[in-house]
Amino acid sequence: MKELKVDPIKNGTVIDHIPAGRVQRVLAILKPRATDVVMMGMNFSSKAMKKKDIIKIEGRELTQNEVNSIALIAPAAKVSIIRDFKVAQKSRVEIPKRIEGLVACPNPKCITNAEPMMTIFNLEDCSTRDLACQYCERVFTADEMTHI
Amino acid sequence: MKHLISMRDLSADKTLQLLKLAERLEKDPSQIDLSRRVMAAMFYEASTRTRMSFESAMKRLGGEVIGMVGTSGTSVEKGETLADTAKIMARYSDIIVMRHPMEGAARYVSEQVDIPVVNAGDGANQHPTQSLLDLYTILKSQGTLKGLKLALVGDLKYGRTVHSLAYALAPFKPTFYFVSPKSLRMPAHILSDLTQKGVSFKEKTTIENIIPEIDIMYVTRIQRERFPDREEYEKVKNAYIITAKLLTKAKDNMKVLHPLPRVNEITTDVDSTKYAYYFDQAENGVYMRQAILATLLGEAK
Repeated sequence: MKELKVDPIKNGTVIDHIPAGRVQRVLAILKPRATDVVMMGMNFSSKAMKKKDIIKIEGRELTQNEVNSIALIAPAAKVSIIRDFKVAQKSRVEIPKRIEGLVACPNPKCITNAEPMMTIFNLEDCSTRDLACQYCERVFTADEMTHI
Repeated sequence: MKHLISMRDLSADKTLQLLKLAERLEKDPSQIDLSRRVMAAMFYEASTRTRMSFESAMKRLGGEVIGMVGTSGTSVEKGETLADTAKIMARYSDIIVMRHPMEGAARYVSEQVDIPVVNAGDGANQHPTQSLLDLYTILKSQGTLKGLKLALVGDLKYGRTVHSLAYALAPFKPTFYFVSPKSLRMPAHILSDLTQKGVSFKEKTTIENIIPEIDIMYVTRIQRERFPDREEYEKVKNAYIITAKLLTKAKDNMKVLHPLPRVNEITTDVDSTKYAYYFDQAENGVYMRQAILATLLGEAK
């Protein structure tokens, strides 16, 4: 039998295949509520990624929007919704075409860093994960972004 | 076309319409009447040429101008947000022309107000009215935009003007010579965009040999304020100085352009040659800005 390093959950969400070392950043985006039961695994061995991180959230089903918001830092993540210990739904994360208010513009001269306003980025290229700032028009890779 | 924010938003068709209207207005400005229309100039940083040519353009078509230059003594100094200032200006006027040091400022303002917004420069990002007046100048001096050979000279790394000019000309199958010191080369992402668009170009560090070949020499100032390192600036500041003697082998139709102000990169003895065209270029700014104002105010016929 396969050894389980983390207890299975009854109802909730499992996010697997997070790049090793990024689990805390994923959690920072998902902002668990004070009462959420969260299990966090780091540096699990993985065939595809060698090492990976994993998160299980008990009692909360993430929406597709919430799931997509982690796509910038965990592009290969797989998300399973668990109901009564069984996988009810599986999905991959997808970077949205338009990302609003989620990440800061890395350009210090961008107006979004000077005025009380929302950032908007448009996905230029899915394969390279290039994002163009709607305002300063500069293009950045997803890895350059910091979440707000 | 509701606003003019970035050359990226402008189709080739719209560009040609603006060029044609500028040409018509140069011949006869009386065909457009902007009387009782008010242009608000929101200039968050100093500008002489751009602001005054906009004012001249508006006034010569019968319109009025209100506005601010710099933030000293305005509500901005009291901590007012850009959005609030713009919303108030929009109540006082029919069109906003703005320059701001932060990139994307004009796009943001255009989302906040119901009247047209013209970007008159947002930091190092865009300056579309300069690009359009450059196109108009090239068209006027050569009779065509198609298949020209152009040398862009000077600071090609930080020079916003040359970047957008390269993009603006790309549809017209130009051949570019990018002439700059090694430390101020055209950014790689622009070169790769141009390659993708099928534009041919060569990078050069000296200008002498290509002068007999080119139709347009577009010279830019090497700007001290862009250099983090003073020593680096001293090394390249006098890299290209265009003199009348240097131009003796130029073609008859060759014109020297410069967005101005110049410092020493074009010597004054060039001014009296048939190649000097930078003062005409500045004048063309008025006609192009007339075309832009008339179009955005819905008065272009």
